[in-house]
This record gives sequence, C-alpha cells and structure tokens, in this order.
Amino acid sequence: MDIPYTTTPREDTGLYNAKVGIWLFLASEVMLFGALFSSYILLRVGADWWPAPRSILNIPIGTFNTAVLIISSVTVVLAWASLKMNQLSKFKLYQGITILCALIFVGVKSVEYTEKWKHYEIWLNDGSNYSGHIDVNGKHNPFFYTHNKLVSEGVTEITFTKDPHKYGDPLPEKAAGGGEAHAAEAHAHESMVIKTEDIKRLSAFVPAHSTYFAIYFTMTGLHALHVIGGALVMFYLWITAGSWFRSRPEQFTNRIEVSGLFWHFVDLVWIFLFPILYLM
Amino acid sequence: MAATTTAKTHEAHEAHHHEHHDPGFWRSYVFSSDHKVIGIQYGITSLAFLFFGFILIALMRWQLAYPGKAIPFVGGLLEAVLGEVAAGGVMSGNLYNSFGAMHGTIMVFLAIVPLAFAAFGNYVVPLQIGAPDMCFPRINMASYQCFFLGGVVMFASFFVPGGAAQAGWTSYSPLATTIPTDGQTYWLIGMVLLITSSLLGAVNFIATIIQLRAPGMTWMRLPWFVWTQFVTAFILLLAFPPLEAAGLMQLVDKVLGTSFFLPTGLMTAGGAALADVSGGGSPLLWQHLFWFLGHPEVYVLILPAMGIVAEVIANNTRKPIWGYRSLVYSVLAVGFISFIVWAHHMYLTGMGTKISTFFQTTTMIISIPSVIILTCLFISLWGGSIRFNTPMLFALSFLPMFGIGGLTGLPLGFNFSDLLLHDTYYVIAHFHYVVAPGTIFALFAGVYFWYPKITGRKMNETLGQIHFWLSLICMNLVFYPMFKQGVSGMNRRMADGGATYLGVDDVGSGELVGTPQAMIDLNVNISHAAWALGLAQLPFIFNFFWSMFAGRRVENDNPWQATTLEWQTPTPPPHGNFDKEPVVYRGPYEYSVPGAKADFIPQNQPDPA
Amino acid sequence: MSHDHSPKTAGSHDGHGDHDVSKHIRTYLLIGGFLLIGTAITVWAATIDFGSHNLNIGIGLLIATVKASLVALFFMHLISEKTAIYMFLGATVFFVTGLMVLTLFSFSDLPKDSEFLRLNPPAPAAQTEASH
Ligand code: HEM
Ligand SMILES: [Cu+2]
Repeated sequence: MDIPYTTTPREDTGLYNAKVGIWLFLASEVMLFGALFSSYILLRVGADWWPAPRSILNIPIGTFNTAVLIISSVTVVLAWASLKMNQLSKFKLYQGITILCALIFVGVKSVEYTEKWKHYEIWLNDGSNYSGHIDVNGKHNPFFYTHNKLVSEGVTEITFTKDPHKYGDPLPEKAAGGGEAHAAEAHAHESMVIKTEDIKRLSAFVPAHSTYFAIYFTMTGLHALHVIGGALVMFYLWITAGSWFRSRPEQFTNRIEVSGLFWHFVDLVWIFLFPILYLM
Repeated sequence: MAATTTAKTHEAHEAHHHEHHDPGFWRSYVFSSDHKVIGIQYGITSLAFLFFGFILIALMRWQLAYPGKAIPFVGGLLEAVLGEVAAGGVMSGNLYNSFGAMHGTIMVFLAIVPLAFAAFGNYVVPLQIGAPDMCFPRINMASYQCFFLGGVVMFASFFVPGGAAQAGWTSYSPLATTIPTDGQTYWLIGMVLLITSSLLGAVNFIATIIQLRAPGMTWMRLPWFVWTQFVTAFILLLAFPPLEAAGLMQLVDKVLGTSFFLPTGLMTAGGAALADVSGGGSPLLWQHLFWFLGHPEVYVLILPAMGIVAEVIANNTRKPIWGYRSLVYSVLAVGFISFIVWAHHMYLTGMGTKISTFFQTTTMIISIPSVIILTCLFISLWGGSIRFNTPMLFALSFLPMFGIGGLTGLPLGFNFSDLLLHDTYYVIAHFHYVVAPGTIFALFAGVYFWYPKITGRKMNETLGQIHFWLSLICMNLVFYPMFKQGVSGMNRRMADGGATYLGVDDVGSGELVGTPQAMIDLNVNISHAAWALGLAQLPFIFNFFWSMFAGRRVENDNPWQATTLEWQTPTPPPHGNFDKEPVVYRGPYEYSVPGAKADFIPQNQPDPA
Repeated sequence: MSHDHSPKTAGSHDGHGDHDVSKHIRTYLLIGGFLLIGTAITVWAATIDFGSHNLNIGIGLLIATVKASLVALFFMHLISEKTAIYMFLGATVFFVTGLMVLTLFSFSDLPKDSEFLRLNPPAPAAQTEASH
C-alpha cells in the first residue's frame, strides 16, 4: 500500500497531506513567536531602560526592508498562480524575484547588525554616560569591546567619539528617523580620551547591552533564520521546477503552495516586528 | 495475505515477509523511514534511557541513605570518570545536583515521552487506523534523528568541565544561568533538539490521524488509544514552542551574556559583586514559559498511558469500554484545559490572590474530566470475564496507583495547602505515583501486550507475573513513605537527606522544630526498596531478550482475540502494513456482541448480510 | 503531459479552473498595494503625537493587525479554508492569547502593598530570586 493523498485532496477533509502538515507547523510557529512577543511585552513593561521610540534603529532602512518582504509576498503568490495557469516561465520569473527579495532582506539586515556592533555606549564611574564610537590602540571602530576585554588586553585608555545625539534618548522636536537628527545639534562629534580605570561599563549595541537589544537581536535573528531557511527551500524548488512540473504538475504546484504559506507567515511576523522594534 | 485475516483461518507465519526489494541493512534498520522500525528505535533508545535515569537515582539514594559515605562498587568508577566531584567515591553536593537534574530531564524528555508517545504511537497508531505508514515518513525519520542527537548531547554533558546541568529539570534562572558549568549550555542545546524532534513527531501524528484513516474509520470508531495520541500530539505541538523560545533566550543569556532572566541588582555567588550583566530581565518570565510547557507535559506523560490501559482492559474484560464517548470528550477537555493551569506551580512566587484563584479554579476544573476517564475505566471492569494475564495485571494496577497520584495532587492545586507542601517530598511522592507506578506500569502493559505483534512470540507469563508483583510492592515501598516525609516538612533536592533541617527542641515551647529524626531514618528503607525495585526489573530484562528467540510462538495473527486493526495484519506487519486497504465496518470494542459467533468482531469484518 | 492533467485540483480551490485564478491576480496586486500603503501609514503615524504614547502604540498595533489579517486572509487563503484548519488554528489563537494575557495578568497582580512587604521592605540590592 502506498501513502494516499500526497497530491490529491482527501474527500472528507478536502485537504492533501502537506497542506495539513504545513498549517500544523505554522500553528507551532505561532506559539513560538507568540511566546517571544509575550516576553517582549513583559520585558518592556519591567525594563529599567527602554530606548525612546524611533531614536535607535534606522527607520528608512527598516521601511525599505518591510517593503521588500511585502513585495516578495506578492510575487510568491503570483508564482503559485502562474503554475495554476500552467505558465512555467512566469513562475520562474516570480519565484526568482522572491528569492532575490529574500537575499536583499538578509543583506540589508546584516549591514544593520554590523553597524550596531561597532557602536558603543559607555558608563563612567563619575556617573556620566554617552553613546559613540571608540578607537582602541589605533584601531577605529573595532567590534565587541567590553570593559573586561580592555582590562584583559592591558589597554589603559581609549579614544571615545561622542554621538551628537545620544542613542535612545528622545529625539528633539520635529526630527524623525535615525540619522537626520544629528545635524540639528550644536556640538557634533567631540572626541575624548578615557582611562580604562574610569570606565564602569562599556558595551557595543550587542545583545548583552540591554534587554531591548537582547530581544531585538533574538527576535530579528530568529526571523532572519526563517528567511534564510525559506529562501533555501524556494531556491531548491526554483532549480528543480522544469522537470518536476512537467512530470508531476499537481505535486509541484502543491509544494509551491506549501512553501508559499511558510513565506507569507515569515512576512506576517515581520509586519509585527517592524513597528514594535523600530517605531514604538 | 488479506487484511481480513481472522484468528480461525490462519496458522502461524514465520516472522519472515519478503519485501519486493531488499533495501539493505542501513536503510532497513538505521535510516529507515518505516513507522514500525522508527517506533522500535524509539522504544529501545528510551528504554535504555529509562534504565540510565534509574541508575542515577539509585546512586543518589545511596547518598540520601548514607550521606558522606563512599558508594560501594561504583564509587571508584565515578571518581575515575568524573574526577573531583566524586572524590573518594563519595557523591559531592554538586554531583548530587547534577544527577538529580539529569534524572528528571532524562526520565521526562528522554524516557517516558519518547516511549509513551513516539514508540507506542509510531508503532501502533498507523496500524490501528488502517494506514500504510505515517503521512511524512522522512520527517518521521528526522524526528528520531533529532531525538537521538539530543540524547547524545545530554549524555555528553556529564563529561564537560563543571559537569552536567545542576539546576533541576526546571532550570530556573538566575540559578541555572549563573552556575559555572558548560553543562547547562549542553542541556539547552539538547532541549532544543528534543523539542524539535517532538514538533516533527507531533505534526506527523496529527496529519496522519486526520488524513490516513482507512475507509469507514470515522472519528467515533477510532480506538481510544488513537484519541489519546491525537490530543498528546496537539499538546506537544502547541505547548513546546514557548519552552523552545525560553530555551533560546536562556541560551543567549548563557552564551552572549544577555539578561532575559537576570534581574537588576543580581549578585554573584557569595554576594560579593554585582554580576557583570545589564540586568532588567525577569526570572518569573522563565517560570511562566517553562510551566506553560511543564504542566501540559504531565498530560503528555499520562494520556498515552491511559490509552494503553483502555486497550488492554477492553481486550481482557472481553466487553466494550464503558462510556466511549465520555472518554473521547474527556480527553479533549483535558487537553484543552491543560493549557490554562500552569501557574499552579508558581503559587510561592508571590503571585497575587486574584491570579492564584484563577489558576486554582482551572486546576480543580481539569480534575473533573480526569476523574471521568478513571471512572469509565473502573466501570469497564464491571461484569467482565477478566483474564488476569501480565498486561492486564499491569493495566489493572495502573488504576489505583494513578488514582493515588491524582488525588494527592488536589492539595497541591489549592494554593493555601500548596504553600506548605511545595518543594517537599510530598510533591515527589505525588508525581511519582502518577509517572512511576502509573505511567510506567501502563507502558509495561503495552510492552507485554504488543510484543507478540512485533516479534511473533509472547513473553513468558511466569516471569511477567514475578516482575509485576515485585514491582508493585517495591514501588509502593519507595514512594509511600515519601508522603510522610513531605508532610513532616522534608525538602526535596537535598544532598544530605534532610540532615540540615534535623529537628531540634525549642527551649521556649518545648516542641520539636524541624524534621524529626524518624522521618530522616526512612531514607534508609526507601533506598533499600529502590534498589530492590531495580532488581525486580531483571526478570523483565531477561524475559524481553530471551522471548525474542525462545518465547512461545503465537498461533495466529491475533493471539489476544482483539478487535482493532493492528491485529488484522500479518505478523510482524510488512512494509506498507496492509496488503489490501482495510475497510472498517464497526466501532473499536465489539466484544461479546450478543448473537455473534465469536466473542469478538474485528473492526474490518463486514456485517453478515 | 496531457492537458487535462494540468493542476486544476491542486491547492485549496478545488474545482476552480484556470480562469478563476487569473481573476484572483488582481486581488493579490491590490492587497500588495494596500500593504505598502499600510506600511507608509504606520511610519507616518509613529511621528504624530496623539497625546499619549500608549495611543501611539495602540494605533501602530492596530495597523499591523490589519496588515497581518490581509496577508492571512488573502495571500494565505484563510478566507476560504477547510474546517479542520480553522479548528486547530482557532485553538492556537486561544492558547497564545492565554499565554500572553495570563502571564501579563500575573505580573500586574503582584501583591505590591501587602502587609508582609510593608513590614519587610526588600533590601535594595538583594532582591535576587532564590525561591527554588
Ligand atoms: C522508578 C524509579 C524512580 C525513583 C526511585 C525515583 C526517585 C526520585 C527521587 C528520590 C527524586 C528526588 C530527588 C531530590 O529531590 O533530591 C526524584 C526526582 C524526580 N524524578 Fe524520579 N524516580 C523514579 C522514576 C521517575 C520517572 C519515571 C520520572 C518520569 C517523569 C521521574 C521524574 C522525576 C523528576 C522530574 C524529578 C525532579 C527532579 C528535580 O528535582 O529537578 N522519576 N525521583
Ligand atoms: Cu501542573
């Protein structure tokens, strides 16, 4: 006996197997991200420090990436529709665009990430506290320094270049978006030399910086893994499309529908992540 | 071989069905995607872990009974393998904590769940619903591989610097995050693998039950065991992801130094300096996410066991299960409500009265369907002509044992009484009555019951009865005294067996304050009983292997004269299970139907028209 | 591949022919347009001062929910799915809501001003958890 309903729907449920499987899987994903969203709410409500909205991530870039995902969601459904209309070449085009969008998204995200990892906040023993960039032993903008790392490398002093507008503080009136506010402030980019012994805490904008960045990197990181996973599957289907569709068209169309459902879900998660992390 | 094979028409088969193509050793036994092979793989691996988890506790029981004395025979071995933590063959506090945490983790996630859900579910469910295999055979294989890897990671964690995880199977932060051992990191990675494995399995089970039921196998004709597996799969599917999220966050805390679960103002050990973390996190968040899985998990441990018991009881009373529909609706209700009772594990965390009341109410509500299930199974015995064979004995003793475990849970569900009982040996006794003489007995019943289908031979009855009676006695000698210890205030997770809180005479009142010496002395008796329990498993282990080669051959495909579809296949079932798609004409438990020729009518037997 | 083998019955719209799918394409493009506009509105709304920051959050979430629903209903075809899928998605939504609401509730229902805490104020630096 072979396994039935791998491509054709079962009469009483009206569903083929993979469709049931993907929706069950998505249900579990809802619980996974649901738990992370709950954690976000609780951490935010109980946080000591939460950045002022819109002051910390680059909004134009975030908006761009949101648009990229939305466009990919449209093309993925068009790809499926093309198959249903028996238009293989159109399918290839749309599926290709979707994969391209995924690559753009991940590329942009990694630029955003590395920017943050080179950007620092420093707390001094005298109680003052700035954000900015550091020079250590002549290296400009190194990654991942902490106070402990300075001590263990025997560094006695660093040069710190203050941001004109401290990260996470409320933006001045009328200015919106990450970068633009800078010009508005009077004394931009002053550098100072700071002794290691005067430092209380030094942290780049990495997960350990604060619970805000912890949840930001965890949620977007997990989301990015989903994007990459989805892109790999769609790529596999893209390169095998020709022969597969010609020999087993229904099965292939089903595979595209199922992978598309996953992709829409990834988009759906981002639709929530964007406002709660970037905007509010 | 037609799917409508009945007891009368066929003599024994050789356990030998030739496949059309021989896939070779690796594809048949190691990387097989056949649900029966995967079920057996799960079964053997989890039985091995069950044994390992028992060894851990057997060693811990030595430390509890004779604190600070070198462990005989194996003490030296422990020292040689694990080093300083077992210096002089004595179990140190750290080692006790590691073993305790890993006993809990292994028993729950690597022994009982994979045995009850994955092993029995994989082998039996597709056969019972008349399906050729699982919906997604390759995902099924991936599920076992993730499970196996998870087990390897957990096992390896014993040998990393600092030893295995020490913060209990619950891994509460900040303790879990701040104990300086890599074992916790391994624990988290292992858990992520195990959770992934469960999710893959759960998707497969649900899809299979929805999609692959044979023609005529309507929902209300499903054997009740299938229903329990269905609900269990849903619990795994929807309750596990929050723990996966929490596990990821704790992993990030541990590896990247974040503070998801670390509060502001945290001190390192000794209270000297502020820990070098940003703070701002919430230890209670971990507890919520953990118990959101943790409570439904206990139903994962018990529902499949109840399903097995129902099958065995129906077969050996030779009459239909009483209240099939009530059983179905109850198991659905249990599954549903189990998602909103979790914080009854957190009464002591300083929750407010409103929320405590909510959770205590839902906890009392969920006990109703559980009691309905147990009652139906009890009533099913009434008027039956019971066969007292080994599977039936285990199934029968499940009922009162689980009853004791369940009823002693009620005082833990009320927050006023839980304030006193929380974290004492009373809790240990309560949930072990549920899982040890409860679930494990049901699993033994399942092994003895389905063994003939898998191997074509029955297990030895005499050895089975010895195994049963010794186990029943020892289990109670182990766990019953723990109720007494707990009520007298003895804490769990104490490496010195409670000596720290040994009672002293209070000069003012003249009364004893602390744990009475007599209660601490019970540790010795309990430990002896626990070791005896271990010895009582020898007949089983011997029987298990010996019967494969020398057990009595079954006379036909249906040696227990059962009604459900798994007995209407060749023995053992070939790849694809049924030679011809079976068609189902009746409910699952048509025993002793008045006017029928035999005292059972298989589900796939048409009405004599 | 013969023509009557074209994937008519594949997917969720059994019985719908090619012609139906081509009609849907307009819908998909339209929804995509709405989503892009919705994104613009969210970004814009975040710059407006509605008087209270909570209101800003509420509005942001509302727009996000509308957008997400469009994706789920049209792109994922939830507007016309089979009963089995509705059933288990319904349960999922119930559970995830329970997780969120009950956890939040338990955090807001802490006995902050209980008699015990009034008499035993926690020491400022030593509020670490050690209950288990
Ligand atoms: C059959 C023989 C078993 C014996 C003699 C036994 C004994 C014990 C004892 C004495 C403890 C308390 C250790 C302490 O608090 O210091 C314990 C803890 C525990 N046991 Fe068992 N157990 C057995 C089987 C099982 C099974 C089948 C499960 C399956 C779920 C299980 C799950 C647990 C868990 C979850 C804990 C709590 C671990 C922790 O504190 O984190 N045990 N067991
Ligand atoms: Cu519970």
